[in-house]
Amino acid sequence: MSKKLLSGPYLVWMAGFIVIPLILILYYGLTDKTGAFTLANIVSIATAEHSKALWLSLGLSFVSTVICLALAYPLAMILRRRNVGKGSFVVFIFILPMWMNFLLRTLAWQTLLERNGVINGILTALRLPPQSLINTPGAIILGMVYNFLPFMVLPIYNVLCKIDDNTINAAQDLGANFWQTLTRIWFPLSVPGVISGITMVFVPALTTFVISNLLGGSKILLIGNVIEQEFTRGSNWHLGSGLSLVLMIFILASMALIAKYDKNGEGTAF
Amino acid sequence: MKKTKATIRQAVENFYLVFIMIFLYAPIATLMVLSFSNSKSRTQWGGFTLRWYGEMFQSATIINALENTLVIAFASAAIATVIGTAAAIAISSMKPVPRTIIMGITNIPMLNADIVTGISLMLAFIAFGISLGFNTILISHITFNIPYVILSVMPKLKQTNKSVYEAAMDLGAPPVYAFFRVVFPDILPGVLSGFLLAFTMSLDDFIITHFTKGAGINTLSTLIYSEVRRGIKPSMYALSTVIFVAVLALLVIINFAPRKKGEK
Repeated sequence: MSKKLLSGPYLVWMAGFIVIPLILILYYGLTDKTGAFTLANIVSIATAEHSKALWLSLGLSFVSTVICLALAYPLAMILRRRNVGKGSFVVFIFILPMWMNFLLRTLAWQTLLERNGVINGILTALRLPPQSLINTPGAIILGMVYNFLPFMVLPIYNVLCKIDDNTINAAQDLGANFWQTLTRIWFPLSVPGVISGITMVFVPALTTFVISNLLGGSKILLIGNVIEQEFTRGSNWHLGSGLSLVLMIFILASMALIAKYDKNGEGTAF
Repeated sequence: MKKTKATIRQAVENFYLVFIMIFLYAPIATLMVLSFSNSKSRTQWGGFTLRWYGEMFQSATIINALENTLVIAFASAAIATVIGTAAAIAISSMKPVPRTIIMGITNIPMLNADIVTGISLMLAFIAFGISLGFNTILISHITFNIPYVILSVMPKLKQTNKSVYEAAMDLGAPPVYAFFRVVFPDILPGVLSGFLLAFTMSLDDFIITHFTKGAGINTLSTLIYSEVRRGIKPSMYALSTVIFVAVLALLVIINFAPRKKGEK
């Protein structure tokens, strides 16, 4: 019995700082400034300005998620096969960059991508024409992939490490080629990690306002920028909350996906 | 023939690993180089200097923000570790239904978008009448840190053998004593990695701090963000380089120190 009491502080904390805050967003999102019920804040997602930002966010975060998956899956397979020391070493490599401030790391990409930045310097040295890289949707995608790649690699790596070598050997002994082993053995067994990785990249990419601010100039507005401005500059909190509720639909959908494919929490990143 | 195929595969793999490492660490290397550049421009190399390393300790705003960042990271990670470890122990002895509900809610701060978490906490602080400042940042960081601790401790708890704990109590150990002597050493690695993860997440957070900080207080992240338009002071690069190298050294020592005999 006494063990149950240990959860007391957490339950109070959870109610006060997870559940009530979410209810407040719901309240703000569904009321106007006088406190009367309205759907106007949510419906405003359909206005040209807001829906453009939402579609752009969906597009960019979709592309970055696909790129992250394409980069991370082979990487996780290589890391598993190399069995680089212990598992903690791999985590170490991918967590380490976080000790350099996230904003500074993203700003460093400005230096690399700028008109007379490092990458264009290399291109010029190779006698190739310089490219305009900064302040483009491409730069934002790069920033997203850079910041969120570890959240795709770690869950996939963790599930791959749990696959028994004998399963792979059995498939190969029975004559499966590389492609067949990949699609029939590796991939089905790693679904929990892949799904968890996809949501851990897609959700922050969909809702970011910092990366678009730093690498997209001020011209490219994502849905995160719109919401942030409603809270810090426009100060229409009701509209900001309403738009956040729209975002919550995508977040809930991804949580449902995780619940469906990763029942035992195998695909956690850490 | 087969041997050359294996060598090619090895080479391709090495190339790929190097490519990813360059991608991950190029910005960090850039910042380190800039911290030695005698020019405020982010694109021009102005000659080697150590002056930013001297200046970083003279700026009151930077020192103040550094203090806030470290105090918040340490305090939030420590408090989250205590609350989270206690919660994990309680949750693991719960019946399936309440356990699923609580774990579902625990996942919310991890899976939810930072911007939504930040906004919702800000609305709650204002509704509760807590004025935004140091305390609200601390509470917010504890909130998003607890799930990391719970998720690090839970798997270790699952591995512990319940009979050992019961045996200790059968032999007359009081439950608390039995816990600290028998169960705690087993889950300690999970508790420590939860703490470290929480500390890292707190240190690297910008978005949630941005919404819950109020005026008049800055962490390193929010200070950097406010400086973006005016241009970042290179002393900030110097400070980040120092932090990064210090952590790297610390982690290398912890991970690769020769182990004493008798330890596994």
